[in-house]
Amino acid sequence: MTAPTDPPAAPKPTRIAPIVTLDAKSFWEAADQEKFIGQKCGDCGKFTFPPRPMCPHCHSLNRQDVELSGKGTVHAWTIPRHPHPFGFRESPIVAVIQLAEGIRFVSNVVGVGYDEIEQDMEVEVCFEPTMNNHKVPVFRPVTK
Amino acid sequence: MARTFTEAAIAGIGQTEFSKASGRSELQLAAECSLAACQDAGISPHDIDGMITFTIDNSDEVNLARCLGVKDLAYTTRIPGGGAAAAATIYQAMAMVNAGLCNNVLIWRAMNERSQYRFGQNPQAQQMSYQSGNGTGSLLWCVPYGAMTPASWGALQAQRYMHTYGVTNRDLGYISVQQRKYAANNPAAWFYGKPITLEDHQNSKWIQEPWLRMLDCCQESDGGVAILVTSLERARDLKQKPVRILGAAQSIPYNVEVISNYYHDDLTVMPEALGVAKRLWKQTGLRPSDMQAAMIYDAFTPHVLLQLEAFGFCKTGEAAEWVKSGGMAIDGELPVNTNGGLTGEAYIHGMNSMAEGVRQIRGTSPNQVQRVQNVLISSGMAGAILSKD
Repeated sequence: MTAPTDPPAAPKPTRIAPIVTLDAKSFWEAADQEKFIGQKCGDCGKFTFPPRPMCPHCHSLNRQDVELSGKGTVHAWTIPRHPHPFGFRESPIVAVIQLAEGIRFVSNVVGVGYDEIEQDMEVEVCFEPTMNNHKVPVFRPVTK
Repeated sequence: MARTFTEAAIAGIGQTEFSKASGRSELQLAAECSLAACQDAGISPHDIDGMITFTIDNSDEVNLARCLGVKDLAYTTRIPGGGAAAAATIYQAMAMVNAGLCNNVLIWRAMNERSQYRFGQNPQAQQMSYQSGNGTGSLLWCVPYGAMTPASWGALQAQRYMHTYGVTNRDLGYISVQQRKYAANNPAAWFYGKPITLEDHQNSKWIQEPWLRMLDCCQESDGGVAILVTSLERARDLKQKPVRILGAAQSIPYNVEVISNYYHDDLTVMPEALGVAKRLWKQTGLRPSDMQAAMIYDAFTPHVLLQLEAFGFCKTGEAAEWVKSGGMAIDGELPVNTNGGLTGEAYIHGMNSMAEGVRQIRGTSPNQVQRVQNVLISSGMAGAILSKD
């Protein structure tokens, strides 16, 4: 029973939860803890995305999950209008984020209006909830 | 059969009608277009000994072979990458014939992607799972972010190019208008008799704002297309004028994938098309000015521009101007997608535009280009040059 003095419940997240493959499991588990991690080779030290079992540069299987800076720029972006994306009340801004570590990550830019999005604008990671109590990294403009 | 190098040629093409509701199974569409290709060539379907389709085609080789009465299949294979690799079917058929492994290779693609499922719509969550062999390695990473349709992935892929070179959505409209002009004159096209104006294009709804409108997107279609590949020597004795496969190639450079293609170094170019172009020009000794027409995969209009530039028909960043000045028109420098393309004729995953390339060489296109010797087929990750014998 809800007591009359309780604040109204936050709307339930409607965003689809990530589809987790074995090679990406640690990434999404970290995201649930609001950590944005990336795959770094334990031998040659190069970053790779998307996660994979082998380093494409030195073929090492020694894979390290390291926390990323969460800083990047908007490398490409679009606003899906039709069909309306499932799980979103309003059209999101979908973007390819160029991360400081030299890898790219598809995400959303949040906290900006549709007419405020700019090519190569600086963004930083934050997190948004999904269905089934998961979280995904999204990006907001860097606060100066 | 001795394994000597054998020149390959396209001897037959076949297709069903293109519609929004075929009213029959995908297997039936596959059987009908395959039979039509064999009849066009003048060979018995019983003699097919190689079969090629897409990894994502829903019809099974054995089921189709049972419809056609194929007596003894020697080789089957499927190509990854969906429509972006459509021309890889010709590439593989060529290689099978070249190697002396097969005599009659059937290529088919048939689908009810409008009436049975919606290729361009949001997927049902429960349908989303990783499937290998589709060439879309990172697609799952897009889904939680609302990029759930081919148009969203395609827009994200083309956006940096459009931004960098100042290509506006209105600029893309010239491609749509030209292709619909071709389609309007093609009785097989869904948009036969229905040309559009630039204003129609600009009034169509946003699919991906501010990059793609509805009239920048290919259709969702029901239908099937088949192509029959055999040796050049044998093709000369068959019903149709042989269409030589002068060269064919595939290219998947490092970090390139189909459609969710955001991980290679420079998003203002299409490395896979650059790779295909390099291989094709080297294989054939030809160059862009040797082509009299081109069929270029146009799931979304900006990708036509990227391919025109990759093949060297225009300089980097100049394709939009080239199109605007009439480059792809019937009397232009290089008529492109003279069937109306995937926006105007139908979306049979690029296969229908490849069949149009065959018609241009035969001289039987509804929008026939004069004095055609060579036609370029490009689907992005694969390509071919078809030539007169």
